[in-house]
Amino acid sequence: MKAISEVSARVAVLDRPDVDTDQIIPKQFLKRIERTGYGQYAFFDWRFDEDGNERSGFALNQPQFAGARILLAGRNFGCGSSREHAAWALQDAGFDVVIAPSFGDIFRSNAAKVGMVIVQLPEDQVKELMESVDLDRGSELTVDLEALTVTTPEGRVFPFAFDASTRYRLLNGLDDIDLTLTHEAEITAYETSREAR
Amino acid sequence: MVVTGRSLFEKVWDLHIVRDETGEPTLLYIDLHLVHEVTSPQAFEGLRLAGRRVRRPDLTVATMDHNVPTLPGPVTDPMAKAQLDALRANCEAFGVELHGTGSGSEGIVHVIGPELGLTQPGKTIVCGDSHTSTHGAFGALAFGIGTSEVEHVLATQTLNQQRPKTMLLEFQGDLPPGLTAKDMILGAIGQVGVDGGVGYVVEYAGESIRALSMEQRMTICNMTIEWGARAGLIAPDETTFAYLEGRPHAPQGDDWSRAVAAWRQLASDPDATYDTHVVVDVTELAPQVTWGTNPGMVVPVTSTVPDPKSFTDGDDRDAAERALTYMGLRAGQPIEEIAVDRVFIGSCTNSRIEDLRAAAEIVRGGTVDPRVTALVVPGSAQVRRQAESEGLDQVFLDAGFEWRLAGCSMCLGMNPDVLAPGERCASTSNRNFEGRQGRGGRTHLVSPQMAAAAALHGHFVDVRALAAEPVAS
Repeated sequence: MKAISEVSARVAVLDRPDVDTDQIIPKQFLKRIERTGYGQYAFFDWRFDEDGNERSGFALNQPQFAGARILLAGRNFGCGSSREHAAWALQDAGFDVVIAPSFGDIFRSNAAKVGMVIVQLPEDQVKELMESVDLDRGSELTVDLEALTVTTPEGRVFPFAFDASTRYRLLNGLDDIDLTLTHEAEITAYETSREAR
Repeated sequence: MVVTGRSLFEKVWDLHIVRDETGEPTLLYIDLHLVHEVTSPQAFEGLRLAGRRVRRPDLTVATMDHNVPTLPGPVTDPMAKAQLDALRANCEAFGVELHGTGSGSEGIVHVIGPELGLTQPGKTIVCGDSHTSTHGAFGALAFGIGTSEVEHVLATQTLNQQRPKTMLLEFQGDLPPGLTAKDMILGAIGQVGVDGGVGYVVEYAGESIRALSMEQRMTICNMTIEWGARAGLIAPDETTFAYLEGRPHAPQGDDWSRAVAAWRQLASDPDATYDTHVVVDVTELAPQVTWGTNPGMVVPVTSTVPDPKSFTDGDDRDAAERALTYMGLRAGQPIEEIAVDRVFIGSCTNSRIEDLRAAAEIVRGGTVDPRVTALVVPGSAQVRRQAESEGLDQVFLDAGFEWRLAGCSMCLGMNPDVLAPGERCASTSNRNFEGRQGRGGRTHLVSPQMAAAAALHGHFVDVRALAAEPVAS
């Protein structure tokens, strides 16, 4: 996994609650057995109409959001299905950070596993960030995983809380399985004690 | 030190701690890892690339369910076939037991686990599928995981988990006649909201839970993830033990009595505490029908489609407006006047033998409305055989239903069973998300009885009124 510490980049805004993982990556793309290449299918049914034309009204089709690496979203983002393909799709579409008032538990965990930074801020702060975005020219934010802050171009700083062990793993790009296997002896001891019971 | 009682969840959690260091997630041992074709190929590939093996193939069980066709014949979709072939090859290469298509023991992963007796009280159970919460009905700690975690469990038989907050959801009062577990859980989600359980593991309790069969308890626990909680548990009792006794993987002989004695200790202590306590009154509950694009957008069948203006929260109002547009409904429309094109009875929520019996009771002697295409998809090959031995298949076929082979089918439409754009479906599944059953498809979640009645009448009807009136078709 690639280490990640600071993302200074353009933001995109998807201001609606309860965006489920069926929308982030529709089921017709879950039949692939590869781990890569899902970005082109992210939000597919919202981005394109039945004939494959871009829907001009959909938020993420707006030109000022092109190239965004940070997504500002509504509460309960990533609810629903456990499909990690949702995190793969967002990451492959360029998003390294999602900022929202709350997240589906499984999505949050999946996103951290693939090296994305999931930032939870109070709802009023997320709204404030959304309102600060220049809808004509686009805006940038800086998300700093070392300092645990989101900073606007005007210098407004929003601190956020973050799980310490997940942060350590993200900052160092560590593989979860490698880390767990350093506790191999404890796993074996547990298995032995269970069998003896 | 004051010793307080422990909840069911805390007991199961404590029994599975491999490692617990301050400031780090708990390393939790996993007793049963269920695997299916969609969320596993990348995990097996990860093992292969790292030169790792499956640590405990004896605790790993696979089946084919998500994209298998429900009509006889070969898999014609080349991508689905590649995924199913990959699962077969991976199970062979890594020594994992596979209940593949045609084996006679295949079916939806959350149906076959309990049916084979693999699901047991006190176990930790995971699967790359959010509806793994189903197995909590047995007093197991069961939750869905992503593919990275699937790989982690395959390699280590453990998971790193933050200890979740706990919630007690108490269903208060007796369930009125004609109501089902599906109405209980949909009613609860309507009350607490689709994000009401985020960050929690929930224990379902109350007299109306104790009165439910295992099938109905599974329906409740299945939909735990639909209100954001990752796992939902019900304390094991005589109903649980009676369901499990004699099943292929259940303990036998002396082991059985030892197991039951241990399982009896799992129920929450009377002085157990929870971070949150929610009460849902079921005494006034009516059959539930969803009107929108998430399971919290739900009303009684006797009601009308809500007016978005009635929502005080701006985001909720916008979401309701978008939902009505997508669903092709207007505010104030009576639910009973909504006509359906398709009926789907199936999914890991409602495809077990008792669900099919309940639906067949409604269908018996009736005829599917000529405007409706109706499908029954048993949850497993065994459920299908059992239903056929009871003649339920004939009840459905005589009425004009299609009787299919086991699988996830139209719950998520990864196989050929999908809605066409604009088609409206009364579905016994768990998600009414946009496009879930097919792009542009419109899903209304209901109980098996309500789905069966909608098939006969061509629109939603209150099943409680049916006993009094003959079917008018």
